[in-house]
Amino acid sequence: MARKLLLEKIGIEGIRYYDAYRKSGGYASVEKVLKTMSPDDVTNEVKKSGLRGRGGAGFPTGMKWGFLAKPQGVPRYLICNADESEPGTFKDRYLMEHIPHLLIEGLIVSSYAVGSNCTYIYIRGEFGWIVDILEQAIAEAKNNGWLGKNILGSGFDCEIYVHPGAGAYICGEETALLESLEGKRGNPRIKPPFPALKGLYDCPTVVNNVETLSAVVPIINYGSEEYAKIGIGKSAGTKLISACGNISKPGVYEIEMNISVEEFIYSDEYCGGIANGRRLKACVPGGSSVPILPANLLLKTAKGETRMMTYESLSDGGFITGSMLGSGGFIVYDEDQCIVRNTYSFSRFYRHESCGQCSPCREGTGWMKKILWNIETGKGKIKDIDLLFSIQSKIEGNTICPFGDAASWPVAAAIRHFRDEFEWHVTNAEEAQRRNYGLAGYAEPLKVAAS
Amino acid sequence: MAEEKKLVKVTIDNLTVEVEPGTTILEAARQIGGDIVPPTMCYYSTLKGSGGKCRTCLVKVAQGSAADPRPMPKLVASCRTAVMDGMVVENITNPAVLETRKAVTEFLLINHPLDCPVCDQAGECDLQDLSYGHGVDTSRLEFKKRTFELENLGPYIQLHMTRCIMCYRCVYVADQLTEQRLHGVLDRGDECRISTYISKAIDNDFSGNMIDVCPVGALTDRTFRFKNRVWFTKPMDAHRECSKCSGNVRLWMRGEEVFRVTGRKDQWNEVHDFICNECRFEKKKVSDWVIEGPTKVHRHSVISANKYQNLKTPKEFLPEVMGGRDPKMLMNIHKVSGVNDPEIDLSKIPGPATSKIFDKEES
Repeated sequence: MARKLLLEKIGIEGIRYYDAYRKSGGYASVEKVLKTMSPDDVTNEVKKSGLRGRGGAGFPTGMKWGFLAKPQGVPRYLICNADESEPGTFKDRYLMEHIPHLLIEGLIVSSYAVGSNCTYIYIRGEFGWIVDILEQAIAEAKNNGWLGKNILGSGFDCEIYVHPGAGAYICGEETALLESLEGKRGNPRIKPPFPALKGLYDCPTVVNNVETLSAVVPIINYGSEEYAKIGIGKSAGTKLISACGNISKPGVYEIEMNISVEEFIYSDEYCGGIANGRRLKACVPGGSSVPILPANLLLKTAKGETRMMTYESLSDGGFITGSMLGSGGFIVYDEDQCIVRNTYSFSRFYRHESCGQCSPCREGTGWMKKILWNIETGKGKIKDIDLLFSIQSKIEGNTICPFGDAASWPVAAAIRHFRDEFEWHVTNAEEAQRRNYGLAGYAEPLKVAAS
Repeated sequence: MAEEKKLVKVTIDNLTVEVEPGTTILEAARQIGGDIVPPTMCYYSTLKGSGGKCRTCLVKVAQGSAADPRPMPKLVASCRTAVMDGMVVENITNPAVLETRKAVTEFLLINHPLDCPVCDQAGECDLQDLSYGHGVDTSRLEFKKRTFELENLGPYIQLHMTRCIMCYRCVYVADQLTEQRLHGVLDRGDECRISTYISKAIDNDFSGNMIDVCPVGALTDRTFRFKNRVWFTKPMDAHRECSKCSGNVRLWMRGEEVFRVTGRKDQWNEVHDFICNECRFEKKKVSDWVIEGPTKVHRHSVISANKYQNLKTPKEFLPEVMGGRDPKMLMNIHKVSGVNDPEIDLSKIPGPATSKIFDKEES
């Protein structure tokens, strides 16, 4: 059994409530931090642990906290990004629903580290019931003296507020989140200045994912050396993976980042193999915005090495033959799935969620969706495939925020790896309405190592 | 004694200029001037916070600064990126930048109606200039364009949302010039639009300025709509005593008639002295104004065409060769020919029409 850090206590009855959580050793890290450590000690501890942002980009958390400007007399803010809306990702939801106190505990420790007296949880509007769970947890923590003025007599004040969004995916982008939190339209800001300098209300701000902030708790409890030992190289610690698609056991799994993708899909401890005895066709390893990989590139990298569930191994080969760990939304496709339809479905999502602020993304996402719908419904032309590739290449990198990249990567990767299937959809338009392309050669070992 | 401000040196397309720290790449390029100035659709120097949205001014930073010579990984929006000492910027010398600008122009145009022949903005439209400079002559879009209903924002302004490119300039005008903000952006993605939500009239003294800042024909002056083409009117600088604004305006005249009053735009099409609605919409007589003189218009502008300045008419030569007689029309085709005669139905004629059919004496 792999070691569990975040979901260690998930089996304890009533862990959602304060009493059970406290009895099982909860809030020990707050005591330890407030009584024995300085804020910089906590930041250093997180730096040493090698914890990387779990929201998708994988930026080292300790470094992010280190960048925070600390001018005198200006409040600093910590914001927990719980706007988890990526198709395929549902790990934060699981965490907040089942162990809300773990997040609250992590938030208190992190707030202490960055010096935030006012901490916000920005949660997506669709998680209405989780707002209630979190607010109840915050009230419980406050009643027991973990929040408020002068916590544990240390002189540190902290309040946590839950702020629901209004159902926009773009508000998961940190600067759009800040705008939304300030009560404005959720348009991403133009960077620089970065939030570490000018964030919420023009004050220095740190925005971190739910899982990242929760992971601070075991780092403090067990020590950074212990945490850094788990995983391979720069991918330290454990990661929550929300596995879905055509697997026998979909759900949220905590993995140590030292297992292979093959083990994750086929072992009984995790996904339990492809459902109904089908064969693996493709996989999106990190939520809808990362490139899709065919089976032959998923299990082995282009160099022939085994692909591991780590940041580095999954992105091995760049975007030509690799993908990203992203936010851990692991979507598995079996041989009966249609990649064109899947790409259309993603594109439709991105068209709907584009904020419409900058031109390439506003106009390009809608255009891509319409072309993909044509190809999917048998009205496509061969030149549409090239057009699609050309459009996505012109969105990528030319937008204000990473949303443009997120919208173009899935289309680019689908065409790059599954061009046969797109062409088959165009040339056999009628047949494509009745059946799917099937596995074809996507699971066969690569003949020539891609350069 | 105040210390002299240290200037930073920046190189744009191999031309070096020294500017104050904190200047944007775009402003530095404008100080150099000429072809190397990136086009802008959303940036407006007098509006705080504008820019960065249209992505037409993207440039490549080949060297971040003298201290850190690494290039920036992505193209950056020159209107929102501050220069650093020793920065090297590539605009028209970098093919990737031009390629991207072409792509952005295409994106801006795919949902634009291209109704320039009936658009009041034609002739002074930033998008027109951009598409002449960077567009292609065919469209790769094979779908219906997005359309919106026309909307009247009060008695003076009409919103033609279909033409809008979402530059947000008018929103900034509303935020920064007027007391009460009555309009903004609704919806998101390719459905987002400028609106007052429940078709409220925009009613304040400076609302007319959003017509001036609009880079396309999305916001038009209802007192000028379809009255004249921009290039037929002659711009004149004028002023008057006004209690609300500076009163420095530009009159667009044809003969003795004032067709339109706008703010004075500089060479980058930007207004620095915003004017009030009274000056703009209600003072349309020459006697209301003190005319300073004709506006200098760039000689490449369509507005400077057809002004009959220094016109040289060719010498009349016909009377001379005709021995002093005036030329006479040899034949008036309309009197002689029956082609325009509605009584003859060409579709009922057997065979091709000949001169006989039109011979009035025979019929």
